[in-house]
Amino acid sequence: MSELLKVTHLQKAYGDNVVLKDINLSVKQGEVVVIIGPSGCGKSTFLRCLNGLEKIQGGEIAIDGSPVEAESRDISKIRQKIGMVFQSYELFPHKNVIDNLLLAPVKVQKRDKEEVKEEAQKLLAKVGLAGKEEFFPRQLSGGQKQRVAIVRALLMHPEIILFDEVTAALDPEMVQEVLHTMLKLAKSGSTMIIVTHEMAFARAIADRIVFFDEGEIIEETREVEQFFEKPKTDRARRFLRTFTFSKSEID
Amino acid sequence: MDFNVINEYIPLYKNALLLTLKIGWQGILVSLFIGLIGSAILYFRIKILKTFIGIYIEIFRNTPLLVQLFFIYFALPKIGIVLSAEVCGTLGLGLLGGAYMIETIRSGLESIPVIQRESAASLGLNEMQSLWHVILPQAISVSVPGLLANVIFLLKETSVFSTISLMDLMFTAKDLIGMYAKTIEALFLLVVFYLIMLLPISILGTILERRMRYGQFGD
Amino acid sequence: MDSLGIDVLFKGTNFVRLLQGLWISVEISMISVAFSIVLGTVVGMFMTVRNRIVKIVLKTYLEIVRIMPQMVLLFIVYFGTTRVFQWDISAEAAAIFVFVFWGTAEMGDLVRGSIKSIPKIQFESAYALGMNKFQTYYYIIFPQTIRRLIPLSINLITRMIKTTSLVMMIGIVEVLKIAQQIVEANRNSSPNAAFGVFAVVFLLYFIVCWPISRFSVYLEKRWA
Repeated sequence: MSELLKVTHLQKAYGDNVVLKDINLSVKQGEVVVIIGPSGCGKSTFLRCLNGLEKIQGGEIAIDGSPVEAESRDISKIRQKIGMVFQSYELFPHKNVIDNLLLAPVKVQKRDKEEVKEEAQKLLAKVGLAGKEEFFPRQLSGGQKQRVAIVRALLMHPEIILFDEVTAALDPEMVQEVLHTMLKLAKSGSTMIIVTHEMAFARAIADRIVFFDEGEIIEETREVEQFFEKPKTDRARRFLRTFTFSKSEID
Repeated sequence: MDFNVINEYIPLYKNALLLTLKIGWQGILVSLFIGLIGSAILYFRIKILKTFIGIYIEIFRNTPLLVQLFFIYFALPKIGIVLSAEVCGTLGLGLLGGAYMIETIRSGLESIPVIQRESAASLGLNEMQSLWHVILPQAISVSVPGLLANVIFLLKETSVFSTISLMDLMFTAKDLIGMYAKTIEALFLLVVFYLIMLLPISILGTILERRMRYGQFGD
Repeated sequence: MDSLGIDVLFKGTNFVRLLQGLWISVEISMISVAFSIVLGTVVGMFMTVRNRIVKIVLKTYLEIVRIMPQMVLLFIVYFGTTRVFQWDISAEAAAIFVFVFWGTAEMGDLVRGSIKSIPKIQFESAYALGMNKFQTYYYIIFPQTIRRLIPLSINLITRMIKTTSLVMMIGIVEVLKIAQQIVEANRNSSPNAAFGVFAVVFLLYFIVCWPISRFSVYLEKRWA
């Protein structure tokens, strides 16, 4: 498998505040990389850098060999290769579901409208949203909105999709439906980078786990089971422990 | 009040209303055009042009339309720029209104969360496509009450056109008071015709504002 | 090319006369704003009252002000009421009356808006402490609204000053009228004077209004 995304010596800072220091990561085609770590560790900022939403202070990001630079002229073209799904869905509230889905493929990629529409309907059906084409975002539940957002990203035929804590804003009963959609995607061979707080889900979907803390990659492994059972680093161990309650701690 | 007199005057006022509306709408169109261009310049933070727009807004928001019109109509000809009264009216109203429209549309644009812009960007839309398809439609619908308030404000401001000899409603009333001393009838019709022109827009504004507050897209 | 009229302004007392005219506009605005702020605060409080009749009366009042050009109101008061009631009022009094009528509505709406923006729970918690209506407004509500209101009322001053340009239409000799007179008087000696004189009037209005509106923006930002 070939290397799709390559990040070398990435640095990101807001003024004096260094958020990411020297990040190196490469992702192969079809790989599902899950990034975990405590709040404020820089994992979301990292995703935003990958999509050129943040200006970086050092290092390089390349997708398919072409550089991702926030202020380059070609950034719109590059972004078409990188899908992104946000925590807060960010559907366009003035457009109904189908128009949300068609906007970019038709206006940006100049694809045939009917063709895209057909594909959109198929995908909607796949994620359990058949018949919702004419609904406006505010008429949908959070989980439904997030699935539409995923379909919207997919319709651009991106080479890689970034998921930024996509279940964090959802009510618990809706988390499952979104995670299932993502699991299906992973199985179909999509390349994905996922930032999440759902540890069970991370364990189930990941080909590789990347553990971030304080703007650095602390641990990175393809031994997913091993990581959750017995992480190599202290920091990862402490982090994972925050997801469990042990009686001794309460006492 | 003499109703025969009123009957006699109605056609005069009708013509005046048509003229007021004509120049009024021309001016409003100009102001909307300026508003869109100007707010886009501010939105994209285009250097130099941005400063220019800022100065334009300050000048036209801090001087009365009457003085602006006097300048355009009486002063500019002295340096060789001669414009008809109608063009002066349209231009004056458009320039004044533009300064207000820019502010209204700009605050609409600013009210749309940045992440919507990012969401559009992540789909590969360029800045112009993102503004046109994603941000502007939302901003305009947020701005509708403000835009309508501007429209009412500008149509009201047309009342100063009489000073540059445009035969608008005010001119007609002034004329009838001055020439025939039919003060009461002239003023009565003046009020009635302004109501005809502005009440529907004002009511529409109130309805839209209420809809905006309680509903959103898709209701 | 003939002069563009700047020299005309320095002939005799011309420039001083212009400034005197400007002062009349500023004076009328100041008096009107002072009355408007006081009356507007009262009207604004009444606008939050639940009584239907009060509501209808005030809504009608507001709508009239919203729709009728100030010039129409000036004509009604100065030419209309003098005719109907056979009284005699000076143009200045008519102007101040109209501007207060207009400014009170504007101010009232601002006051209403800022009172409405205070969460209901603030009223409730004041009542729960045993305060009466007056105490609630005086100690709890007004202090919270005042910071929003001051910049907006300052803004009202510039709008008043701009609108005073209309009073020449009912015969008050203010800056624009004096400018016209100067242009007329020098028609033969300096035919292009209109340019310089009206440009200066333009500038004078800007010099008066701009600092005031900047100050209002400054306060708004600082207190936001």
